[in-house]
Amino acid sequence: MRILIAALAAILTFIAAPDGKAQDWNEVIGKARGQVVFWNAWGGDERINAYIAWAGDQVQARYGVTVRHVKLSDTSEAVARVVAEKAAGQFDGGSVDLIGINGENFAAMKRNDLLFGPWTQDAPNYRFVDTVNKKTTTVDFTVPVDHLEAPWGMAQFVFMHDTAHVDRPPRSIPALLEWAKGNPGRFTYPQPPDFLGTTFLKQALIELAADPAVLQAAADVARVTAPLWAYLDALHPLMWRRGQVFPQNGPALQRLLDDGEIAIALSFEPAEASGLIAQGKLPDTVRTFVLEGGTIGNTNFVAIPFNANAREGAMVLANFLMSPEAQARKQDPEVWGSFTVLDTARLPEAAGEAFRALDLGVATLSPGELGATLLEPHPSWVAALEAEWAKRYASGK
Amino acid sequence: MGEAIRQRKVAGMRANFPLRWVPAATLVLLLGPVFAGLLGTLLPAFGYLPALGGVTFSLEPWRALFAAPGVAESIRLSFVTGLAVTALSFAVVILFFAGWHGTASFAWVQRFLSPLLSIPHVTVAFGLAFLLAPSGWIFRLTSPWLTGYDRPPDLIIVQDPDGLALIAGLMIKEIPFLFLMTLAAIGQVDAARVRTMARTLGYGTVAAWLKSVFPLVYRQIRLPVFAVLAFAASVVDVSVVLAPSTPPPLAVQLVRWFNDPDLALRFVASAGALVQLALVVAAILVWWLGERIVARLGRAWVRAGGRARADLPLRLAAATALTASFLAAFLGLASMALWSIAGRWRFPDPVPSRLSLDAWMANADRLMNATVNTATIGLAAALVGLILTVGCLENEARFGRRATSRALWLLYLPLIVPQIAFLFGTQVLLVVSDLDGAWVAVAGAHLVFVLPYVFLSLADPYRAWDERYARAALCLGASPLRVFWRVKLPMLLRPVLVAAAVGFTVSIGQYLPTLFAGAGRIDTLTTEAVSLASGADRRAIGAYALLQMTLPFIAFGLAAAAPAWLFRDRRGLRVTA
Repeated sequence: MRILIAALAAILTFIAAPDGKAQDWNEVIGKARGQVVFWNAWGGDERINAYIAWAGDQVQARYGVTVRHVKLSDTSEAVARVVAEKAAGQFDGGSVDLIGINGENFAAMKRNDLLFGPWTQDAPNYRFVDTVNKKTTTVDFTVPVDHLEAPWGMAQFVFMHDTAHVDRPPRSIPALLEWAKGNPGRFTYPQPPDFLGTTFLKQALIELAADPAVLQAAADVARVTAPLWAYLDALHPLMWRRGQVFPQNGPALQRLLDDGEIAIALSFEPAEASGLIAQGKLPDTVRTFVLEGGTIGNTNFVAIPFNANAREGAMVLANFLMSPEAQARKQDPEVWGSFTVLDTARLPEAAGEAFRALDLGVATLSPGELGATLLEPHPSWVAALEAEWAKRYASGK
Repeated sequence: MGEAIRQRKVAGMRANFPLRWVPAATLVLLLGPVFAGLLGTLLPAFGYLPALGGVTFSLEPWRALFAAPGVAESIRLSFVTGLAVTALSFAVVILFFAGWHGTASFAWVQRFLSPLLSIPHVTVAFGLAFLLAPSGWIFRLTSPWLTGYDRPPDLIIVQDPDGLALIAGLMIKEIPFLFLMTLAAIGQVDAARVRTMARTLGYGTVAAWLKSVFPLVYRQIRLPVFAVLAFAASVVDVSVVLAPSTPPPLAVQLVRWFNDPDLALRFVASAGALVQLALVVAAILVWWLGERIVARLGRAWVRAGGRARADLPLRLAAATALTASFLAAFLGLASMALWSIAGRWRFPDPVPSRLSLDAWMANADRLMNATVNTATIGLAAALVGLILTVGCLENEARFGRRATSRALWLLYLPLIVPQIAFLFGTQVLLVVSDLDGAWVAVAGAHLVFVLPYVFLSLADPYRAWDERYARAALCLGASPLRVFWRVKLPMLLRPVLVAAAVGFTVSIGQYLPTLFAGAGRIDTLTTEAVSLASGADRRAIGAYALLQMTLPFIAFGLAAAAPAWLFRDRRGLRVTA
């Protein structure tokens, strides 16, 4: 009954939407037809690439919008391109139409007025986004989103462990060090500035810092981070390859877990382990765990640069990405396993059912088990942590 | 009669007036991007690039460069890698020639090494990583029954801080390159006779070759050696797969800076690109000094007259090194082929426990897109390179202007100046002319690197063609153009097609030019594979790598098959070798 009411409410909101707005969106759809959208997104994960290709096919079939996935090895490359275009005075016809983005990259683009918008409030599917319980859809790494980027997926930092080698996973950052002492060579993290590696640093910092609250703003880096470097100095010699070699990103890390080289890995998607098991890319003995004090969570977004060439096409694509259909497919562990940004309780009956019918897989924790979500530190921490890390651990002997 | 020919020649010259412009046009296309690019790197290195807000000259980029963490180690790594790869590959090739040239084993090796040359560097690098890593095929094949491992051992093999894996991976490709270059050079000297003479004087196999043939050959392979040196000291794609990352070699670090959202880093990267150039020049200088020393010692060695007949260990060492590098390449490529059809392949299973075409099916569209881009860009670059080369050589043949050895230096310039030193400057120019990200820009960038190889591969057979055929045809009343199309080209079709295949192959392997000129919008098999390199799925890498190897084989296959089929009833044009 509650669902029915929610569905009715949703339909009513739809009908009640002011005409002008719907009109605008129809205009957007009209202009979008025939446009070619260059979607700049990280290209290091085959499953994400396949999902992006699927989304491209869908908007091509439905709206006549062609999508080209520009595969980045780091999102900052696309940001750099837009920055360079603005510097060169190219105020329209830019080469980037849509960027998969969040955190420091969003903060940098917003700060430099490199984003088109605000616009997401006009996208019809935005009304299903859960802005109440999923706070990070409106505040990105402490920076207000202000409708400049469209929520795309929920991420929470989780650990994977192979139960064939780990009986009782360590449930805190200090416990991880203790575990590594008993299992030398069986843990590592991707080399910062890979976002997963940087997130590990942030997670560790939050637990080790005397007062985590200072991380919500820029602060005295040296003093606050001292316990982190002491921790890493102790951890690195106990890590895979004694901390002299690092995997370059998440998929590389998961490959090490699959090969049995390491026993504990990291992920930013709670359902990723199940998805990889289903695809034969991880052994079925792998399970997920989180830390007792909670783990970092955030939302990833798509945004349109101020000088995008196919602005309407990008809006249509972004709106499609927020649709219940695209979001449900994205959450399917067999496809990708990235959690939805929508409030599934508010969806129309059939759409909600699609989410409830999803089998989240053997290795996925329930929302209750996932525990508390910790807020991302202020973006300024990212650069500070990465620079210091490089100085300490990537400068050679 | 003679007058008639002269008049025809004059008429032909007038008709083919554009031919005279081909050498100049070629030089512009070849060196224009290099010099313009160098200038476009030089200015920002000193703080000047108005588009990015740099309007005054300063030394700030240099200060920032040398303050960057790990930059000294990056420079050291690149420098050592360049010299080590060159010296080791060179030693293996020269000792193998000295010990085995003219034997049956030599012919056998020659047959296997040539195809290896056509496989892109990064493909071979992947293969080596797949093979040697603690979770690689060798450990899978020998575990646990021999090694006792049921999980991969925690050993640093690939991406080791000393760069040994990088050196090995580059050697596997540079050995065939130097081998074939030496082979081509040796055809120009009367090696067999000179050596037999030395042998009859009682010198051992190796000593005879080193003392009599090597001095004649070395002069001609000097430029290829420099090209190897420059390449190994500045390579990016292979480094991404095999080199350490804490810190990486200089060129890899520069690419990162060029792509960083912090625009100030582009100035730093430009300064770094000049350091990269200086690094290569310094490495060449060191090599040059080494040449002097070896020459002095060598002369003393020759004068001493030692016969050095107990050279079997040396011969065996050279043969072993060569065989090992070939085997590593072959097994690496085979393991990638296997990975591309693997469903489940856990350590320590020797082969996949389940086969599947998922990697191919799931990536079908993108594999297809990358293959089409790779093939069309490669064809275009090879074709334009071929036309320019034939134009230059024909110009030379008709007007009798032989290229000097200084001209050869020009040809090698794009191969010796590190790509990273001028590609950023070229990209700036492309952005200004609104051509960045265009297919034609990528093909043009490839041309810079394709052209030298096409020229080198075609020049000798083209110059060796007997002009008396042309004279006979002219006497029969044919125009120079007709002579070219009906007599010369058909007779030279084989080397012409092989040169085109060489150019095509060179294009397939290009990584940085595609990245910089393509603005990330043009994916080729190489850029796709390298973007997967840092981590992801070995199955997908296997699929891309397999296609990367297949295209050159198709090209060379066609180059061999087409003349055979076209001239199936022309006995005189049949391949007799």
